[in-house]
Amino acid sequence: MTALPHSFAPRRGFQRRCESTIAWVFRAATYAILLSGVFVIGSICLKGLPAVTNSFRSLQQFPYVTNTFLFEAPESLYVFEQDGVKREMGDKEYRSYREAETARATAEGRPVPEFKAASYVYAAGGIWPCIVGTVLLVLGAMTIALLLGVSSAIFLSEYARDSVFVRFIRLAILNLAGVPSIVFGLFGFAMFVLFFDWNVSLMAGWLTLAFMVLPVVITASEEALKAVPKGFREGSLALGATKWQTIRKNVLPYALPGILTSSILGIARVAGETAPIMFTAAYVVRDKLPWEVSKFGDFFFQGVMALPYHIYVVSSKIPQNEYTQGVQYGTAFVFLGLVALIAGSSILLRNKLRGRYQW
Amino acid sequence: MENTSPAAAAPTRSLAMPPRATPKDDAEPVPTLIDVRNLDFYYGAKQALFDINIEIPDRRVTAFIGPSGCGKSTLLRCLNRMNDLIDGTAVKRGAIKIRDIDIYGPSVDPIELRKRVGMVFQKSNPFPKSIYENIIYGLRIQGVKSKTKLDEVVEKSLRGAALWDEVKDRLHESGLGLSGGQQQRLCIARTIAVEPEVILMDEPCSALDPIATAKVEELIHELKKQFTIIIVTHSMQQAARCSDRTAFFYMGKLIEFDATHNIFMNPKNPQTEAYVSGRFG
Repeated sequence: MTALPHSFAPRRGFQRRCESTIAWVFRAATYAILLSGVFVIGSICLKGLPAVTNSFRSLQQFPYVTNTFLFEAPESLYVFEQDGVKREMGDKEYRSYREAETARATAEGRPVPEFKAASYVYAAGGIWPCIVGTVLLVLGAMTIALLLGVSSAIFLSEYARDSVFVRFIRLAILNLAGVPSIVFGLFGFAMFVLFFDWNVSLMAGWLTLAFMVLPVVITASEEALKAVPKGFREGSLALGATKWQTIRKNVLPYALPGILTSSILGIARVAGETAPIMFTAAYVVRDKLPWEVSKFGDFFFQGVMALPYHIYVVSSKIPQNEYTQGVQYGTAFVFLGLVALIAGSSILLRNKLRGRYQW
Repeated sequence: MENTSPAAAAPTRSLAMPPRATPKDDAEPVPTLIDVRNLDFYYGAKQALFDINIEIPDRRVTAFIGPSGCGKSTLLRCLNRMNDLIDGTAVKRGAIKIRDIDIYGPSVDPIELRKRVGMVFQKSNPFPKSIYENIIYGLRIQGVKSKTKLDEVVEKSLRGAALWDEVKDRLHESGLGLSGGQQQRLCIARTIAVEPEVILMDEPCSALDPIATAKVEELIHELKKQFTIIIVTHSMQQAARCSDRTAFFYMGKLIEFDATHNIFMNPKNPQTEAYVSGRFG
């Protein structure tokens, strides 16, 4: 063994090699995750973007431009050949085309032409009812989850004294977080759809989804409330404030950014879950939009279409072909965009609140 | 503590000299505001206070001294029932009377009590709101809405806490932007804004530098014209400098309570003497 030049010189050996190998293993794991994320998002964007970008149409009146994929209901696609040209038409367009052709043929005294077209379900039109349905489901479920969840978090962290019962509640809430979403779906189906006889409806979907995210909301809200320094509570109480005044004016406002952070995670889950809504709120197809109801009360007790369920239906219930693939990826792309939009606005709101209250 | 040489045994630490515990205090009897009788206080099964008897004079500064864990903060927090917030605490025997009303009696609302008995904490705790909002917090929750009234109270309280000149141009900036000493004076201003009779101070200067401490002590001297002040302190010099009466606690018992200069110059109890001369604690 050669003598080291001085006492601080590096000593090469097995341990040193391990050091750098281990660092590389961690680094590789992180890069692999990043890579798969980029791959998933990238492929959805690449394959889904054309469905959106190819659907811009000009309009005669305001707003002069529309996007059929985003703002129309799904239709069947008819593909046929005429005069040697391959043509693709949506349901409505095809029907009026047929009528026009028949009328023209009769006027000209020709025999009515034979219409032979291959049809592909859901491959034309757009996903507007699904977007509307998903937004409604998210808004309703998050409102219910936040109201219930924050109330219960306030009770657990501010009012409840530490007892066996309270510890049991906490344990139950934690366990609820581990229940698979399909179980929530079945629970919602049995409870709201059958027992309460609400049918497949927004209300049933809202409550089912709300129960699914409640554990997340409660746990995170409790953490956010606990993060508010004790001094704020004591200071407020020492000035003669009641408990509720203290919580409302001097605890809850400071916990709100943290609560919102947790609800952002909840939003993505509520928007993306298919299992809880497939028995409780989602329709495969529905012609009417949710606000086209005869009386206000009906609004809550109607089923809706939803983006994740639409993806599920299009990709698993109908024969696969080149036409439906565009819709699948397009829907997934729009879904990602929608979640990003809702979550992004929540993050903006949170940052605004956070800037206002800092300690 | 091990130092048992004769030189140390004598009360040589004469920094405990009380500069202004004037004999006048002894000459004129001062009416009692808070009367604690035979108080036994428990944290769950653990007894924290043993048979405390103390009469706290009106509009004077009373200091509670003693080593950590001696019960001085516990007694302080009994006086505005802040201990109610801790699970399992109980007054098992005795009574605390403020103006002859038993504050642990069934007819007393702790919320109303705390409006009359304010508290300043060890760690300054301005709320993450503007200075203005901090001051009017107590009035807001009492439902005062008049802008002129609130403006008036803000100025009066900040002047009362000797903070007005320093912050008058930035009333609407966050209270957390102030220095440590200013924050503590802001908390005092916030407390006097609700016009209590008593201000409890739980080691108000323990996190402050000597200059900020001097300012708060000066303020205490001003405030005692209007308020009854009880201050818990670890600093005997502070007790000597700013209090009229001093109570020495040890192991949950009140060992000695007397005029401050008597406690420091002429203690009757050997334990008090040992503590104020720095031989333990």
